Amino acid sequence: MRTSIAFAFAATGLAAAPAAAQEMSVSVEIPRLRVAEYHRPYVAVWIEDASGKSVRTLDVWYDVDLSPEDGAKWLPDMRTWWRRSGRAMKMPANGVSAPTKAPGTHARTYRQGSRPLANLPAGSYTLRVEAAREVGGRELVALPFQWPPKASTSATARGKSELGAVRLTTKR
Amino acid sequence: MFAKPSLLALGLTLGLSTLLPTQADAHRRWLLPSATVMAGESDLVTVDAAASNGLFLFEHRPMSLDSLVITGPDGEPVDPTILGSGAYRSVFDVPLAAQGTYRIALVSDGVMGSYELDGERQRFRGSVDDLPAGATDIRTTHNKSRTETFVTLGAPSDTALQPTNSGLEMVPVTHPNDIVAGEPAVMRFLLDGQPAADLEVEFVAGGTRYRDDPGIAMLRTDAEGRLTLEAASAGMYYLEASSAQEATDGQPERRASYTAVLEFLPL
Repeated sequence: MRTSIAFAFAATGLAAAPAAAQEMSVSVEIPRLRVAEYHRPYVAVWIEDASGKSVRTLDVWYDVDLSPEDGAKWLPDMRTWWRRSGRAMKMPANGVSAPTKAPGTHARTYRQGSRPLANLPAGSYTLRVEAAREVGGRELVALPFQWPPKASTSATARGKSELGAVRLTTKR
Repeated sequence: MFAKPSLLALGLTLGLSTLLPTQADAHRRWLLPSATVMAGESDLVTVDAAASNGLFLFEHRPMSLDSLVITGPDGEPVDPTILGSGAYRSVFDVPLAAQGTYRIALVSDGVMGSYELDGERQRFRGSVDDLPAGATDIRTTHNKSRTETFVTLGAPSDTALQPTNSGLEMVPVTHPNDIVAGEPAVMRFLLDGQPAADLEVEFVAGGTRYRDDPGIAMLRTDAEGRLTLEAASAGMYYLEASSAQEATDGQPERRASYTAVLEFLPL
């Protein structure tokens, strides 16, 4: 009991906030496109460690319910995510997969200690967002970040075709 | 009088050469799948089988599907739906009901040759045991050929990739459905189960119609039969290798050939 209190004090002294409050918010902009045939893109959001290994898949937006067809059929169109993570996952995945989203900005917050982020060990990471659209293109956006965040930070990367602004905000 | 034996010899040479696909039919033989990386509970891949010079063009003749062998992720055979053969290609569908990697191959293994009977040279196909009594000067060639491709539903698996140790084979070190443009892919070649060292392998990208350069890379395996494939751009690629061993006492001449189609995906 004594040691855990001491540890909590030490952590508080370093981070000035309980560890459980560490969180990251990701907002993804799906651009409105003027095309003859528009389908909402499939989007994957995941985290890679410093060696490029995928360590967490945070979100996969796809045609979860496309009965009688199987919406999972086109998951490999997100080629990079599919190769590094998707093909080894069981889809749909609870708390990760969700229906495709309309053009606009979609934000979600992930907390340390809670799924799908769980306990992400300290280190250098890259947040990746990949979008692939039926009869459209594919695009990848990357944002490097440190975990746990030493300060509250915010970074934005912008896609050119299938993705608009991708914003990563971390709170210590 | 003098012309007759030489004409006969000529006829024999021509006749024999039509029987030896590795020698006379230099056309590339390939199985081209509609996709190599798939997902979902189940799916289907449709495959074209053809022989041609240009890749991957339907321009010469269809491949016979009599020797089609499909191995599923559990190592068991998978039944295709044969749609038929046209003038330039054969087509079949392969149902993918189980998750993992499928090996789709045309495999042949046969003896052909000639013998002399009553002063006449005769050709034959099949076993030496079936030759008529009195056949002399028997010359045979044992041909083994494999033309194949690979597809994966879900995560790649290795069961279907195990070598049969017969003929010329490619044993993937890099999984054949985990190949991307710009990254080296390592393959290992075996001849009758032994490393095929110093084997010459032709490596060509599809799309020959749309470029002036034939784009043929001649590669060589190392002492362990290993080879590294690299492609700067994504696409379907063709591989071909062949080997021949002279006849020895009690052993006919042996020929083996291997062709494969591999997809390099963009990352």
